[in-house]
Amino acid sequence: MTKLQSHRRPPRIGDAPVFRRTLLAVVLFFVAVIIVAPLAVIGVHAVSKGLPYFAAAIAEPDTRHAIMLTVLTALIAVPINTAFGIAAAWAITKHDFPGRRLLLILIEIPFSVSPIVAGVSYLFVYGLQGLFGPALEAADLKIMFALPGIVLASMFVTAPFVARELIPLMQAQGRDLEEAATSLGASGWRTFLTVTLPNIKWALLYGVVLCNSRVMGEFGAVSVVSGNIRGQTNTLPLHIELLYHDYDAVGAFAAASILATLAIITLVVKVVLERQGAGRRNRPASLAGNDSLSEVKP
Amino acid sequence: MKISLDNVVKTFDTFRAVHGVSLEIESGELVALLGPSGSGKTTILRMVAGLEYADGGQIYFGDEDATDIPVRDRGVGFVFQHYALFPHMTVAENIAFGMKVSKVKRSGEAIRERVRELLDLVQLSGLGERFPGQISGGQRQRVALARALAVDPRVLLLDEPFGALDANVRRDLRRWLRKIHDDLGITTLFVTHDQEEALDLADRVVILDKGRIVQQGTPEDVCRSPHDAFVMRFLGDANALPATVRNGKAYVQDVEFDAAGLADGSAEVLFRPADVAWREDGQGVPAQIVRVLDRPDSRRVLAKTTGGQSIEFDTAPEFPHRKGEAGFIDIRRPRVYASGRS
Amino acid sequence: MKRRVLPGLPLSLGITLVYAAIIIVLPLIALVFKAASLGPADYWRIVTSDRAVASYVVTVSCALAATLFNVVFGMALAWVLVRYRFPGRRIIDALVDLPFALPTAVAGISLTTLFAVNGWFGGPLSALGIKVAYTPLGIMIAMAFTSLPFVVRTVQPVLEELDPALEEAAQTLGGSDLSIFARVVLPLLTPALLAGVSLSFARSLGEFGAIIFIAGNQPFETEITALLAFIRLEEYDYPASAAIASVMLIAAFVMLAVTNIMQARALRYTVRN
Repeated sequence: MTKLQSHRRPPRIGDAPVFRRTLLAVVLFFVAVIIVAPLAVIGVHAVSKGLPYFAAAIAEPDTRHAIMLTVLTALIAVPINTAFGIAAAWAITKHDFPGRRLLLILIEIPFSVSPIVAGVSYLFVYGLQGLFGPALEAADLKIMFALPGIVLASMFVTAPFVARELIPLMQAQGRDLEEAATSLGASGWRTFLTVTLPNIKWALLYGVVLCNSRVMGEFGAVSVVSGNIRGQTNTLPLHIELLYHDYDAVGAFAAASILATLAIITLVVKVVLERQGAGRRNRPASLAGNDSLSEVKP
Repeated sequence: MKISLDNVVKTFDTFRAVHGVSLEIESGELVALLGPSGSGKTTILRMVAGLEYADGGQIYFGDEDATDIPVRDRGVGFVFQHYALFPHMTVAENIAFGMKVSKVKRSGEAIRERVRELLDLVQLSGLGERFPGQISGGQRQRVALARALAVDPRVLLLDEPFGALDANVRRDLRRWLRKIHDDLGITTLFVTHDQEEALDLADRVVILDKGRIVQQGTPEDVCRSPHDAFVMRFLGDANALPATVRNGKAYVQDVEFDAAGLADGSAEVLFRPADVAWREDGQGVPAQIVRVLDRPDSRRVLAKTTGGQSIEFDTAPEFPHRKGEAGFIDIRRPRVYASGRS
Repeated sequence: MKRRVLPGLPLSLGITLVYAAIIIVLPLIALVFKAASLGPADYWRIVTSDRAVASYVVTVSCALAATLFNVVFGMALAWVLVRYRFPGRRIIDALVDLPFALPTAVAGISLTTLFAVNGWFGGPLSALGIKVAYTPLGIMIAMAFTSLPFVVRTVQPVLEELDPALEEAAQTLGGSDLSIFARVVLPLLTPALLAGVSLSFARSLGEFGAIIFIAGNQPFETEITALLAFIRLEEYDYPASAAIASVMLIAAFVMLAVTNIMQARALRYTVRN
């Protein structure tokens, strides 16, 4: 007598088939236009004159130099920012001191400041018109329109990246484990390496990956401080602009395809790390989507 | 409104939550669905509400087949376990919600008037402008009830209505809910895992286990004649002693109990802690006192039979015996059940 | 009793403060210093010059339009990702972050190529008489692209954790889909939505790389404020550049305050009893 059916649920709101299909179609259309197409157009244009041309465009000396400079910048800026992020997270989450909240807001500032403003600001510190400009000139130290300026501007833009992944996590983990370890006689370094680090490694890696992605792709701040000297102070994003304005679209897209590939790798790594529990999507809703570090309760 | 369930089945993926349940709830009756977690009681309640669809069988409201009526047209008032009050609306706005979204248009004044009436009914006059986050658990519970009653439901359904409350608040609200039910005469079905709550409040108790009805009846029926060992155990503390049935008699260590109708084989003798008398002479199952616990109005004695079974029983505070003493337990209202199911 | 104190405070706090001072605070102070050296009259003349004001109008109006688009599309995208199951959902979920991962210059040239008159979308659109590249519409699209993830990623987790019982309660009370969405779901999403909106708007105000390729950069028409600051620099008009950049900095701090207020509000209903 009993008829057996598969489990069916009563419709929740928005589950009416016509509505559902329409909304899905509209959303997928816009995803295709706004997200997928910009990615696809890079690949298509990069190889539009054939693979050999693409390979030659990438092997072109100025492009190769731009790649090297970008990698070098990341190799300097990312480790320093990582160390800063860890130090900041350790100080803020494992200790109480006056001004913690203020420090949190301070670390977050680069997130809100336009890269152009960042670049212009650096010019007024180290440029000829800047605070230290004359002194640097006298000492024959070149920071602006050279590698140090590029690295500094990149570090400003990405300063919050590692800290903002670590702070909410370490805040949530509390201090019990570290207190237990030190009460058992472990040194501070040992406690950090054997107790803290294993619990934050995925979040740390997550922050490092996002930081690296931004350093390698930074355009606005770097374009102010680099001076755009072809083959010398052009990072890859700047070089793309140069090629594009030289009407070398294939060269520009070939160079862009390298950064687009990096972006896709970043997204894949991000998904993998989120499965390991890293990232804000694994935090409760009350903290997720909350890029503001200052929300962490003192 | 009379509600009937006819052979209702519900399967979640591979797990069958409800196995062919048939149940009738008379118009104006207050019925409890009682069972441990996973017994399917909440699923049944949600199917009556239309929040789940039955995979088989029919649900009738009166003579109308309500099985496939969408929840919004079913005309039920549902009180959720954690109340599900809208946190961004005041108490009054919560209560008015059903009237505002109703297809039957009412004037703002009519809605305000009805909200006032309902606030009076649930004794929360004056709290209409508070937000749910600003009132106590017991008050939220009453707001949830007022909100459910505001749409003049044909049936009132409550999911663990007192589950999230303190014991004292619980008892008061229970009596109060019974009074509201008696005043309004609305057919009411509620789910609970607390047998005291079910017995205290309901006209009829339906006991469920593993998606099946085990027993249904008045509180007196189920208390005085539990169908099986599961019901006996679920309704309150019970001791169990293994027994052997031979020719309509059950034997526990040579002590004989009536077991008319039971087949020969192994069985259990169940009895409540209050149904034991301690004797020093040779009547009953021989046992030794292990511990004596003092309670405000009684003494609870933990004992071990010479067969090695632990039992507990309640005595008057003046009970003179101490740990280590030997004697006999005389069981006053023994119930013998064949071994097997739970 | 005093709490046990973990080691490493002097070192970690020292590194943090020195780094923050050199990398974050010093440049911003230098900027303010430079802008302040102008004197009030000159400063005011520069930041209220016709060309600067026109750039504010272009930037703010395009940012508002882009944010409005993101509110609607971002919320629809979040809804689809949370509430519907369809093939490719996880890939689209991952792709939502593409605008954050893709360098802005790359986004800039690819959006320009797509929407130029001879591009995949620009061609058909120009046949309809709609010009995108080198118009404010192009600026809006670049802003919408770069700030899209903000709304999606603030709304999505709240939608995921929305207690299903609230919706069910509204259904038992007879609400239609539309009335439940408007009266129950939307008000509960609003704080998160506003937080996303303020982040999205702030990002659009400061965006540079993705915009300059597609904007056309005509003064008074398609010149954004960030570009004007950059142009003044290339003209060696450093004080003007500092003044305009300082306006952007002030706007950023205002948006930072707004965002913090919005996020505090976003936490309001998520506190469970």
